Amino acid sequence: MISIHLEIMRRKPYMNPYLAGVLLGLVLLGAMVISGRGLGASGGIKYCVVSIVGAVSQEHVAGADYYSKYYQGGKKPINNWLVFQILGMVVGGFISGAVSGRLTWKIEKSPKISKPRRLILAFLGGVFFVYGGQMARGCTSGAALSGMAVLTTAGFVTMIAIFGSGFLFAWFFRKNWI
Amino acid sequence: MAPILTSSETVQFINLLSAFLVGTGFGFALEQGGFSSSRKLAGMFYGYDATVLKVFFTAAIVAMIGSRILSSMGLLDMDLVFHNQYYIGPAIVGGGIMGVGFVMGGFCPGTGISAAAIGKIDAFVFLGGGAVGAFLFAETYPLIQEFLVSGNRGPVKLSESLGLSDTEFIFLVTVIAVGMFWLAEQTEKKFARPDITKEY
Repeated sequence: MISIHLEIMRRKPYMNPYLAGVLLGLVLLGAMVISGRGLGASGGIKYCVVSIVGAVSQEHVAGADYYSKYYQGGKKPINNWLVFQILGMVVGGFISGAVSGRLTWKIEKSPKISKPRRLILAFLGGVFFVYGGQMARGCTSGAALSGMAVLTTAGFVTMIAIFGSGFLFAWFFRKNWI
Repeated sequence: MAPILTSSETVQFINLLSAFLVGTGFGFALEQGGFSSSRKLAGMFYGYDATVLKVFFTAAIVAMIGSRILSSMGLLDMDLVFHNQYYIGPAIVGGGIMGVGFVMGGFCPGTGISAAAIGKIDAFVFLGGGAVGAFLFAETYPLIQEFLVSGNRGPVKLSESLGLSDTEFIFLVTVIAVGMFWLAEQTEKKFARPDITKEY
């Protein structure tokens, strides 16, 4: 019993990146075959936020075109494909961390920066990423990866814009990482 | 003929269950690939770790080739698979904003979820910021609405715009990706930071 426990807790190295890519590609292909969709993450976050705003103020939702379209015909935005997909992502990520001994509460950061600095930048990064993702109608997974898989121009352009901008602005944030 | 489930005809329970299962595979693959580590992800932009490039392009190519094979065998109707619309300005500006978020936060939304799933506190904070970003987008929507619907070219395929068949185009992307993989392996050696890449 104890030996099994130790086996589970021992940290394992990450999967070979090309092998992990094949696995991710097969999951994406699976999504296309099963439901004709790609993968997505920021969309699920949006549906959660729309649900919270609706729960807080129905008036606000009814008064704004952006929100009201998610409630048309008595629909509940929380019962959305993308929401259930991100619930699955949490479970899948947890299983992977558990079998590889990587489950730990931790703030990952460069030793050169403080924890508050790391958390503030993480928060701002999230704000920027999802805002931009809504603008581009999808993030790295929903617009770039899933788009590229079906060869769309939108997929390739979004991918180049994300990584191009990342390289362009990397210099300004270098002290946080290297 | 696939896709098997089309949302209008399928019972909601089965549909949402399939979403959950796809998500489980997605989250598992991201975490196994090392995408639950922000310092590993950020390595992409500083040359010491190109895992992002390797996983991302391998996945794209596998899905491209796989769907091409299935559709040529008559097993998958690509017309029923979602193709994202190309809005020139929003795709470029939105992508640009996402890139800034990437080097600030070290995650994208998908990798943030996989990192939060194993207990990374910075990933929870990133996702909290993401929720605020979605809220800000909704609240500023009327102000940028005009821009958001501008430059729509429809669900165009890059292969068609280049005058290539899908198979030729996929072959071209694969050759380019293999070249980038080679370059990435060299770059990782040149800018190696074993203190970062070995630790997490």
